[in-house]
Amino acid sequence: MATKRVLNGNAAIAEAIRQINPDVVAAYPITPSTAIVEYIAKFVSDGLMTTEFVTPESEHSAMSMCVGASAAGARVFTATASQGLALMFEILYIASSLRLPIVAGIANRALSAPINIHGDHSDVMGVRDSGWIQIHSENSQEAYDNVIQAFRIGEHKDVSTPVLVTMDGFILSHAIQDMFVEEDEKVRAFVGEREPLYTLLDVENPITIGPIDFTDYYFEHKRSQFVGIENAPKVILEVAEEFKKEFGREYGFFELYKMDDAEVAIVVLGSTAGTAKVVVDELRSKGKKVGLMKLRVYRPFPAKEVADVLSNLKAVAVLDRAASPGGVGGPLFTDVRASLYEYTNKPILVDYIYGLGGRDIAPHHIAEVYDRLEKIAATGERGELLSYINLRE
Amino acid sequence: MAIRARLKDLAAMEDKFVSGHGLCPGCGIPLMLRMVLRATEHPLIAVNATGCLEVCSSGFPYTAWKVPWMHNAFENAGATAAGVEAAYKALKRRGKLPGGDKKIKIVAFGGDGGTYDIGLQSLSGAMERGHDIVYICYDNQSYANTGGQRSGATPFGASATTSPAGSKIPGKLQWRKNLTEIMAAHGIYAAQASVSHWKDLFQKAQKAIEIDGPAFINVLIPCPTEWKTKIEDGVQLAKIAVESKVWPLYEVENGKYKINYYPKKEVDVTEWLKPQGRFSHMFKPGNEWMIEEYRKKVLEEWDRLVRLTKV
Repeated sequence: MATKRVLNGNAAIAEAIRQINPDVVAAYPITPSTAIVEYIAKFVSDGLMTTEFVTPESEHSAMSMCVGASAAGARVFTATASQGLALMFEILYIASSLRLPIVAGIANRALSAPINIHGDHSDVMGVRDSGWIQIHSENSQEAYDNVIQAFRIGEHKDVSTPVLVTMDGFILSHAIQDMFVEEDEKVRAFVGEREPLYTLLDVENPITIGPIDFTDYYFEHKRSQFVGIENAPKVILEVAEEFKKEFGREYGFFELYKMDDAEVAIVVLGSTAGTAKVVVDELRSKGKKVGLMKLRVYRPFPAKEVADVLSNLKAVAVLDRAASPGGVGGPLFTDVRASLYEYTNKPILVDYIYGLGGRDIAPHHIAEVYDRLEKIAATGERGELLSYINLRE
Repeated sequence: MAIRARLKDLAAMEDKFVSGHGLCPGCGIPLMLRMVLRATEHPLIAVNATGCLEVCSSGFPYTAWKVPWMHNAFENAGATAAGVEAAYKALKRRGKLPGGDKKIKIVAFGGDGGTYDIGLQSLSGAMERGHDIVYICYDNQSYANTGGQRSGATPFGASATTSPAGSKIPGKLQWRKNLTEIMAAHGIYAAQASVSHWKDLFQKAQKAIEIDGPAFINVLIPCPTEWKTKIEDGVQLAKIAVESKVWPLYEVENGKYKINYYPKKEVDVTEWLKPQGRFSHMFKPGNEWMIEEYRKKVLEEWDRLVRLTKV
């Protein structure tokens, strides 16, 4: 039987890691993901985990250790946020390029400067092209469920690619919520054992990992590295299906909320989806045909699936909790917009940047977005492509 | 059973680092490797920082290594080796080592760039945490892989591409960082060796690998390319470095300093400086002070080391 617990996001992720009991955890504390590392340290200290738990002197070394440990065949976990993820940047590319499965739990947070410890997606968007699978969570339950699924996805032989599971810093990492924690045995059985194809520790069969390529091989190797993340969509759905069978909760590339007959919609990542659902309910009670797409899998980006849903709408607003200064809107917006390019029928698209550095987004802010979308749908007039929510200008 | 440090026995052993690599003629790195890779009967995993050795031994689709080998990045060989070691410990404890339980040793190799400078934090962290790894710095005293820029290991006076001897500034004006003592300050086994003294190097490698915990060896590696010397002079120069007290052979074990070799006769630093093109400007009129300064500092450092052995 699953147990009903009241946990914040950090505790939820740590609970999943206690149950999975990976071979190696190497992590450096940073607000707001520190508690994940502290919980794990305590679990190990109390004998509830037999993981080799290591506390490197920086996030750069934490990720470097994860790469070494994964190359040696271990199941590996780390946790970080913000500057920590940015410091890992160099090694994130090496992890994915060497096709080494690693799971990283991220309590996302703004990037300096100014230094700010609160949640936004600048850190995870900064590593969107690093070749890591990127899964977003709406609440503690999803953070827990996503971490459990992440090991299965990343370690699948057709994928063999690192996975980042993110939740919004403070809003999720530090806010307690009702959730179900599954039985230890069931979680362990679901995750199973890692079966690496090659490992450094197989000393009878020595391998070389990370040699130098010149112009004659680099491009081919680079291309072959992308195959893992290209194979991920199928595996993500298979794992979600199995997860639903075992634990009852349903997952896909995204969640559609009241989208069946919707004419306008918001696309959003993470905890803001929870707030938006309340607004959708309110507007629906007034007879408005509004809906919500909460994207779960940001990398690989489910372009066709997203576009198939959105193409028949009249107007869509993308809410970006990260900016791309000098670009054509936020990162999520550019992906959504590019996905729709080939379609004859497509909605008018607008982008909003919101919540940087943990700035609140309230139901009335989201209601204003829907209000504008309805006007756009009625008049066909888009207005500004990019706007900001709850910003003093 | 420990392997005896006899050339006859060592010559009969299999090479784990084989020909076909692209290291420069006269490079001391392969000499060091052939000693280190022979120094244990246990299977060994090599971790390599970006640098001369990595670039020249792993050009895909070839490798000069007959042991499991991994390269991650420039500044993280310490952490990478620590990660391999953490995985080894976890999988050993859980009975999941491929091919059954066995003792495996992990040795990291980095140049002076990857060790003295960019990789020092990662190395320090790994040593402080007590991982059972050996880290060997192949110190050729410059960023030789990228064409001889100055490093924290480049000696005072040397002309390097980022500290060139010019009409106003006569080469590098800073003394080299004392990495061996920095590592000794971690409370670990730390030693200094030279490829010219193969037996001393072999025995230090043997000891470092055998220790159940972190160990560090700093090996002076002649680099004819960047030292601007004759190819065939490399080992001889490494020997002069030891004889002239420029590069003392010593080790620090359980906090005790021990000089492993006391030069029998006085060899002046000019014998070390003169054959190397990188120091040639020091012999020009007006630069006598540089040789004076060099000599003074070498002897001061030696005296300090001797004092440390008496503590």
